[in-house]
Amino acid sequence: MIDLEFMINTVSLGSLYALLSLGLVFVYGILKLVNFAYGEYLMVAGYAMYVLGTFTGVPWYATLVLAVLTAALVSYLTELVAFRPVRTKSLTAMLVTSFAISVFLQNVVLITISSRARAVRFPSFFSQTITLGDATVPVRNLMIIAITILLLTVLTLVMKKTVLGMAMRAAADRFSTTRLMGVPANLVISAAFLISGTLAGVVSIFWVSRSASVDPLIGMAPLLIAFIATVMGGMHSLVGAVIGGFVYGLLFNVLSITLPASLISYRDAFMFVIVILFLLFRPEGIWKGGYTEERVG
Amino acid sequence: MTRGIQAPGWLAKRSTVWILLVPMVAVAGLLQLFASSLVVDIYTQFCVNLMIVLALQAFMGNSGILAWTHVGWMGIGAYASGILSMAPMVKSLGVPNMYPALVEIQVPILLAIVLGGVVAALVAALIGWPLMRLSDAVGVITLFATLIVMHVVMTQWDNVTNGPRTFFGLQKFTTLWIAVIGAAIVLYVVHWYRESSPGLRLRASRDDRYAAMAVGINVVQVRYIGFVFSALLAGMAGGLWAHLITSFSPKAFYILEMFVLLAMLVIGGQGSVSGAFLGTAIVTAARQFLLQVEAGINNSGALTLEVFGLTDIVMAIFMVVVLIWRPNGIVGGREFTWPLFRRRMKPAADGATGSQQT
Repeated sequence: MIDLEFMINTVSLGSLYALLSLGLVFVYGILKLVNFAYGEYLMVAGYAMYVLGTFTGVPWYATLVLAVLTAALVSYLTELVAFRPVRTKSLTAMLVTSFAISVFLQNVVLITISSRARAVRFPSFFSQTITLGDATVPVRNLMIIAITILLLTVLTLVMKKTVLGMAMRAAADRFSTTRLMGVPANLVISAAFLISGTLAGVVSIFWVSRSASVDPLIGMAPLLIAFIATVMGGMHSLVGAVIGGFVYGLLFNVLSITLPASLISYRDAFMFVIVILFLLFRPEGIWKGGYTEERVG
Repeated sequence: MTRGIQAPGWLAKRSTVWILLVPMVAVAGLLQLFASSLVVDIYTQFCVNLMIVLALQAFMGNSGILAWTHVGWMGIGAYASGILSMAPMVKSLGVPNMYPALVEIQVPILLAIVLGGVVAALVAALIGWPLMRLSDAVGVITLFATLIVMHVVMTQWDNVTNGPRTFFGLQKFTTLWIAVIGAAIVLYVVHWYRESSPGLRLRASRDDRYAAMAVGINVVQVRYIGFVFSALLAGMAGGLWAHLITSFSPKAFYILEMFVLLAMLVIGGQGSVSGAFLGTAIVTAARQFLLQVEAGINNSGALTLEVFGLTDIVMAIFMVVVLIWRPNGIVGGREFTWPLFRRRMKPAADGATGSQQT
């Protein structure tokens, strides 16, 4: 069962989920906001691909880049219009705002495009497979791994070497202190939302390419995955989010193989039970980053 | 007290309840006499929603934890009361592979509704203790995960819930006056809880967790009491809802429905019973209005496209605007008390403390 094919597929699934949860944690780390609208950034990128690919003659690589940019832009706009005014208010107000944004974006797409799924065109190599030794894997899975390595390297360099990256890391630890050091709060938060949206856009390309179609509710599943993965990995650090993504991918593939057919429809419930158990026994996640204050009793 | 009517002690102590109850019953009476059956139905639905939102307020407003689970308790109450009240014949017809032991049970509807609440409370009691140890973002994600688990179980356990298909065959039991009486009872009980010792301790833990612990409040315990209590109320409200709608599927107890309930509570102001009441009234009225507009646009053919989802868009915008303008809701965590519009010295800063960021 554990052969090369399984391993490549698991690593690629894990990579995708790692990017997904990383995007969520970027915002959570600084704003302590669990962004329920995060899945909608993916959806928006998917629809950008649909519109550009169907109605314009833009080449496919430009379509993909523009889709990622659209997600980043929408993410930034939601921050500007909705999160910024409620940021200093209660946590509940912010959470509910993020949920309202999610409902808003879904329904805008519902009205302007359609409630039914739309086909998205991808270049043919997305769906081809390649044979490595005795393993047959989709090219897409290898691309996910390559892009994840690239993005993680770039992000690590940005976070470690640039002033903005260091400011963001500092803000995630002690936001008030960071502001006292002269770091503008709006800049750091906007940067976090831009990165979050960019990651959502990149994930969206691969997520949508699996079914080659997009519908208004497509953001729900990735949002839940990002939740589970970040909680398992540790909500307080970027490393934890990446680890959580990989662990989730592994767990998902193992459950898919080992669960009996009669219980496979309960797989999501199993995953969430695991999360709940995880939080109870290890609320800080696999990777403990900084201090945790969420727990009483 | 020189101005206004001098109220007796028992009346003054519960003046909030009376201020809210009198218009609610009066409107119900007027509608009964003069309004069309459509309006009466909407008002009945409003009263049932009010019960659920009040149940939600009992936990979420007093503990400050964003509770996603309540639509799930409502669902458990709805299914449990339905299974208990339906005739065996109807049940075996509607849910072909239900467990035989469940098919045979039949109890009077009112008892079934109460028992539905008890079932929801038992489930809450079973899973609640560990959940109540978590606060803030982790608490929110966990309760969200709990709702998903409940939904998956409801859609997959077809021996009990008929799976994702419609569960039908309930008798219509909830009339206007039953809903009004139910809402009145819940209103009284929730207000009583808010002012009671466990409620007060829960509010203390919301405003400052560590200070509350320092004065000897067992935060997990008071949260747990509130959680189970509000699950009981939400379950019973779900039973009434089920016997109003008479057929439903697990879709009725999921995220979008929870969003509407949250909108009602948050727009009105989660910190107080008055806020829950006002929010439910405003959102119900606004939704009905928008649905009429939406139907009007679609029927008139003025636009070439059909505008489904307009209601939700406007509700979402409305919600964000209210949150920006008044983050603690329209009422802002205060209660209406007699005499009306008397300035209180202490401004209630519900929910705004403790978890403040940035």
